Amino acid sequence: MAEEFERQPVPERALLGFKSFVGMYAGEHTAGTELMIGPLFVAAGVSAFDVVVGLLVGNLLAVLSWMFMTAPIATRARLTLYYQLEKICGRQLVTLYNLANGVMFCFLAGAMVTVSATAVGVWFKFPMPGLNDLWPNSVGWVVAVLAVGVMIAVVAAYGYKMVAHIANIAAPWMTPVFLAFGLVALKQFLDATGTQIHSASDLWRLADTHLWKGGAPLPGQVKFTFWHVTFFAWFCNMAMHIGMSDLTVLRYARHSWHGLASGAGMYLGHYLAWLCASLLYALQLHHNPANTDVLPGPMAFRACGFAGLVCVIIAGWTTANPTIYRAGMAFQAILPKCSRYTVTLVTGLIAAVAALFPAITMKLLNFVALYGLLLMPMGAVVFVDFWLGRKLGFQQYYAEKAGIGINWAAGLTWFLTLAACWALVQFAGVQIFFVSLPGWFVAAILYVTLSKLTQKKV
Amino acid sequence: MKTLTQIISWIALAATIFVPMIYLGGRMELQTMITCLNAAAIVWFIATPIWMKRSDT
Repeated sequence: MAEEFERQPVPERALLGFKSFVGMYAGEHTAGTELMIGPLFVAAGVSAFDVVVGLLVGNLLAVLSWMFMTAPIATRARLTLYYQLEKICGRQLVTLYNLANGVMFCFLAGAMVTVSATAVGVWFKFPMPGLNDLWPNSVGWVVAVLAVGVMIAVVAAYGYKMVAHIANIAAPWMTPVFLAFGLVALKQFLDATGTQIHSASDLWRLADTHLWKGGAPLPGQVKFTFWHVTFFAWFCNMAMHIGMSDLTVLRYARHSWHGLASGAGMYLGHYLAWLCASLLYALQLHHNPANTDVLPGPMAFRACGFAGLVCVIIAGWTTANPTIYRAGMAFQAILPKCSRYTVTLVTGLIAAVAALFPAITMKLLNFVALYGLLLMPMGAVVFVDFWLGRKLGFQQYYAEKAGIGINWAAGLTWFLTLAACWALVQFAGVQIFFVSLPGWFVAAILYVTLSKLTQKKV
Repeated sequence: MKTLTQIISWIALAATIFVPMIYLGGRMELQTMITCLNAAAIVWFIATPIWMKRSDT
């Protein structure tokens, strides 16, 4: 995607085929954080049915969201999310959106730095954070995270293209290594339990009794059921599909069904990789139930040696790199006078500091749910504005037509939806993993109502 | 040269996929499997950059 077309629709000559999106989604969703999420499912006490079927259903819902919510708008308007938001909400509100997006990207990149730093611990053997640690717990950890974080920040600022090239080289190799994690763990489970596999039902019995046993979660963790797994898989990339940030990507798609390419990312990264990573952790607990640490570096090293360790480092590094770069771009939109290098470097350093605190990584399931929730209301605004504006009698792209810096109907929709979701979590006992679903309808209704109340003839 | 390095890359990738399967089937020791995986990784990262071009973005 050499030309950016930031403020104009993507022309016919720049459209891309289905295969381009398959490769992009498969690479983007096989990230370092997959090595945390799979184990955290096990820590949350998932059963075999919950995780195997829940992930199938949840990932399918995510793919359908890309295909039927994001792609149809992307292939009709062919605009970036930022430009489309600017036309609807006004430049000032987009600035606030950029700030929220940039901050969340910073924390996400921090989690990826943390994953890479756990590989350094295998070599230098310093104490690393446990499952319930919220603060850095050793000088060695602080030094390792800062060293990895600063290196990633400098490279993101000055060598983005070089890392992007390494990511392209590593991507086809990483998926088989993720698969290897699962196969090695499975073999070691078979040996440890003396199980013989002669049929699919033997394998399912092993899965149900040893791999994903269900029952109570580990101390400090939320119990995950089928519905938790389904909704988590559906909403963990909510910012991208229902939140519409992938309008920027899919505007290059020739047809809206190219949204189906997201399935490559979902079923390789968010199905295969999560299940394989979860097996590594289940094996660790099987050998020593007292060792609840979720440390991708040591787990990968035990299973696949040096190759496993390299996979952890590259998975963390190559996905932190574009995340820091995107966060930098979001911040640069707010501070246009600063150079791209300076902003990216400072953003990377903030991510490195965030990575020091294991709270973000150890609570990654909650953080990812919060990330989707925070940006979801603006996705609802884009959806309603695009499809229902004219039908329900209010102006599409109102901020652009009225020449205003902030469309209060969109701004209030964002803030009131988040307040409603917060109230549902605080007072109605709805968990953060589920609240985005009613939240989307709240946002849609609010935007229609507020637009009809506040819009003037233009 | 390009074709040769591509073939070498695909062999390394095939080894990364099939060696753990052979280990799962009980026909290989863990240490041997790890050695093969390490060798396949080294070969992949040496051979692949030779033929995989940098993109413009």
